[in-house]
Amino acid sequence: MMPPLLFWPVAAVMLVFGALVIINRNPVASALSLVVCFLGLSVLFMSLDAFFIGIIQVLVYAGAVMVLFLFIIMLLDLRAEERRRTNWLASAGGALVAFCFLAQILAVISSTKMSRQSFPTLSPQRVDDVHSVGLLLFGNYNLPFQVIAVLILAATIGVIVLSKRELR
Amino acid sequence: MTTLGSYLTVSAILFTIGFAGVMLRRNVIIIFMALELMLNAANLSLVAFSRFRLTPSGLPNYNAQVLVFFIITVAAAEVAVGLAIIVALYRARRTTHIGDISQLKF
Repeated sequence: MMPPLLFWPVAAVMLVFGALVIINRNPVASALSLVVCFLGLSVLFMSLDAFFIGIIQVLVYAGAVMVLFLFIIMLLDLRAEERRRTNWLASAGGALVAFCFLAQILAVISSTKMSRQSFPTLSPQRVDDVHSVGLLLFGNYNLPFQVIAVLILAATIGVIVLSKRELR
Repeated sequence: MTTLGSYLTVSAILFTIGFAGVMLRRNVIIIFMALELMLNAANLSLVAFSRFRLTPSGLPNYNAQVLVFFIITVAAAEVAVGLAIIVALYRARRTTHIGDISQLKF
């Protein structure tokens, strides 16, 4: 577990950079804020003793996915976005809907007894989580694992077809 | 004192940021990034539940972490296909602004 003195600053940095993703006008700045947000999220995963998920988060999201995003942003010319005016009335309406949504979720979280539960102690003879997740992945969840492999193959072929053909 | 509720609150705020991004921004790429934020908020709450709801033998519930692994894999495939669609759209229309893309037919 993580001391509260460490948890809240990490969570605050993660949320601030998450908000910067949608506030920034420049897409490159949003993509870089998203990288910091994902790094903070991986710290939170590791504070929950999920080291495998934290490493995967850094490797797949902060590494592969964000590089893909930056490539595409630099491939396209997105200067026109910064010159557009924002429709403040529509923005206020959207923010109001999002705020109502957040208030509802927070009301549900604060009304359940489960949310006041503090960190339970793990049993001392626990094994590393890569071992346990790997056993589940290749034992219990073997069929979904293979379905995911086919899905990635389909995605790869789909991307090649999409980028070869002219869309006219 | 960090409780399950504090992790769920952080996850809810992150999800709302992504939700607001999808509703407020008009650039397809930013909307796509906001979708990633929402997926990651769901992952955070899943991992928090896995750590706080232990199995009877005192271990974290690893089923949730396997589900998070699958979500990350599907999200990576989704990003690849989505960005390819955005590039194809940009080549056809020279824009990524959703106000300019109002027809399904090209």
